[in-house]
Amino acid sequence: MKNLLARVALALAGSVTPALSAADSVKIVSSLPRTGSANAQTTSMVNGIKMAIAEVGGKIGDATILYEDWDDASPQRGNWDPAVEAQNADKAIADATVVAYIGTYNSGAAKISMPKLNTAGIVMVSPANTASGLTKAGLGEANEPAVYRPTGKINYFRVVPTDDVQGAVAADYAKEIGIKKVFILNDREVYGKGVAGAFENRAREIGLEIVGTDGLDAKSSNYKSLVTKIKQAGADLVYFGGTTQTNAGQLAKDIVSGGLKAKLIVPDGCYENAFIEAAGAKALQDRCFITFGGVDPKLLKGKGAEFYENYKKAYKADPEGYAVYGYECAKAILAAMDRVQKAGGKIDRASVLAEVGKTKDFQGALGTWSFDENGDTTNRIFSVNTVKNGEFATVKVVQ
Amino acid sequence: MTETEVFLQQVIYGLSNGMIIALVALGYTMVYGIVELINFAHGDVFTLGGFLALTVVGALGAAAILDPNTLGDSSHWMLLVGLVLTAGVFCGFLNVAIDKVVYKPLRRAPKLTQLVAAIGVSFILVNLALFWGGAPMEVFGGGNAAAASKDFPEILEGSNLLGEDSNVVLRLEDVAIFAITIPLMIGLTLFVNRTRLGRGMRATAQNPVAARLMGINTDRVISATFLIGGFLGGAASVMWAIYNNTISFQMGFRAGMDAFTAAVLGGIGSLPGAMIGGVLIGLIRAMSDQYIETRWTNVVVFGVLILILVFRPSGLLGLKQREKV
Repeated sequence: MKNLLARVALALAGSVTPALSAADSVKIVSSLPRTGSANAQTTSMVNGIKMAIAEVGGKIGDATILYEDWDDASPQRGNWDPAVEAQNADKAIADATVVAYIGTYNSGAAKISMPKLNTAGIVMVSPANTASGLTKAGLGEANEPAVYRPTGKINYFRVVPTDDVQGAVAADYAKEIGIKKVFILNDREVYGKGVAGAFENRAREIGLEIVGTDGLDAKSSNYKSLVTKIKQAGADLVYFGGTTQTNAGQLAKDIVSGGLKAKLIVPDGCYENAFIEAAGAKALQDRCFITFGGVDPKLLKGKGAEFYENYKKAYKADPEGYAVYGYECAKAILAAMDRVQKAGGKIDRASVLAEVGKTKDFQGALGTWSFDENGDTTNRIFSVNTVKNGEFATVKVVQ
Repeated sequence: MTETEVFLQQVIYGLSNGMIIALVALGYTMVYGIVELINFAHGDVFTLGGFLALTVVGALGAAAILDPNTLGDSSHWMLLVGLVLTAGVFCGFLNVAIDKVVYKPLRRAPKLTQLVAAIGVSFILVNLALFWGGAPMEVFGGGNAAAASKDFPEILEGSNLLGEDSNVVLRLEDVAIFAITIPLMIGLTLFVNRTRLGRGMRATAQNPVAARLMGINTDRVISATFLIGGFLGGAASVMWAIYNNTISFQMGFRAGMDAFTAAVLGGIGSLPGAMIGGVLIGLIRAMSDQYIETRWTNVVVFGVLILILVFRPSGLLGLKQREKV
């Protein structure tokens, strides 16, 4: 209670003398879907961010680092909401103390806040967006990525490898386990279409036969009719570009109940326990493979292993797959702030943005990596996972 | 799979999905027929029925009753019927309570006020389901992520009744949908056509003022309508849960949308219309998934709806009614 009073007093003081607080403290905010089934994943990511800030004692030099955890989802959608994401970006721009924006989780949401934050010159670091078009030309829409950079400068960075790589990893793995005919589905969202497209391109290159493609309705009650069509097409693999939130669990179930004897490969949007919960472990065992741009947190090495141990100690639970990316985003931003501070500069939007862009050979929990000229990580580690006894189990690590 | 097998399979799926839609659609059409209110909260009452069913299954100890070795014997049919009754009664009374608390005071208010109230109730119920899916569900072993879709255990044996080698799949759950839905529909029709209360319903639907003048207790008729509509919605939620093996706080949204469309397609206010509309939508969905493309299915469904309404504005079985002033 005392704590609360103190905080209220602090907030009041802050509002009376904004100039003073702006000089003494800077704010990092995150915009992630906190309402909906991604919540377990995003809670874990927020925990990662908090850990990174706690590790520097919540201070860089004299500047206090404040952190706010914002939600970009709404209960009606149970998923990210374009209107809420736009509000979050506007809120960040309006608050002069915000110097860094961690987010988003969904690539579709990033499309909304990227141009806004670009104009305002706030650095945005995503722990989870994998749609290739956000940063790379020629892999998404014709006007991407220029449309997200109205000022022509790069302010958007990400610590996860992109879908063009992920789709290819999945196709290669399919070939490796002896798949001949694939049916490719997507959820008609930015992320799902992107990764399914990348899978399709690679599958053609390496000679897998594509017996059909379709986009499914994420709100549909079941996919039994669609599964029948896939069965008729004779596919021995279904690739679904989608997430738990776009009904990957139901699809996995209907493949089993429709008597389709095919494997299922899904991308990292399903690499969360909610997917196992939704599909039921039985429908996934030995049948479903999940690609992920990283490795099981338990298999992290070096600083990553330290992260895993500290996380378990602090939160009494295993981190979800993306927690370490939340942590890494915050670490990269804090390191940039530290460099600004050491060089005698003032920590503000411009200086932090410039320094984050210069991140090179960063020794983090994900290994040693840099941001390339597009703002993408140079990290290229992928893992292929399956589900055994109700838990994710890694079957292959691709460097 | 041969073309015939594919077609047969899609007919089975279309009918099963359609029957569930039809049960929900009855709730919309009955309430509309009596009080001229589109009860947007109906889909969410349906959602809560599913949550109750999963909670009951969890409380009974899913592991004990759902031993794979005994799957399919008579105790599971008893459990299924028990769940249908429990969820049905729960949803029925919930629907009556909503009517008493929210709609009844607004009975004489403009139609738009009632409609907005219904949408409000719908939001409240969605959030209630969201809450229910969290901590309360965790206690009963239904998973712990509040908003995640929840796995509903298989209650009926999952093997193919036509033999494991058959390309066409027919499961007990398909049979159960027919075995439970059809008697419910026959029962409802008999009830409305043969009983005193049913006659009261028909009279109230035609002209509530005249019905009251004839000594019909219209308040009781309205309560009975909400009760029966809710009961059918609750029964449908259990059918949905065993058929899809999933429940989620948003399940009522799509089910409600399909069911409402079915009710309009069949002619809102008409009981046989809602049944036919539901089955038609199920079949159209299945055929569109197969012969057109899944991504176009919603376009096809609503395209058909618009076409029918252009040529028959009151729906397939709807009666031409004079506009009430």
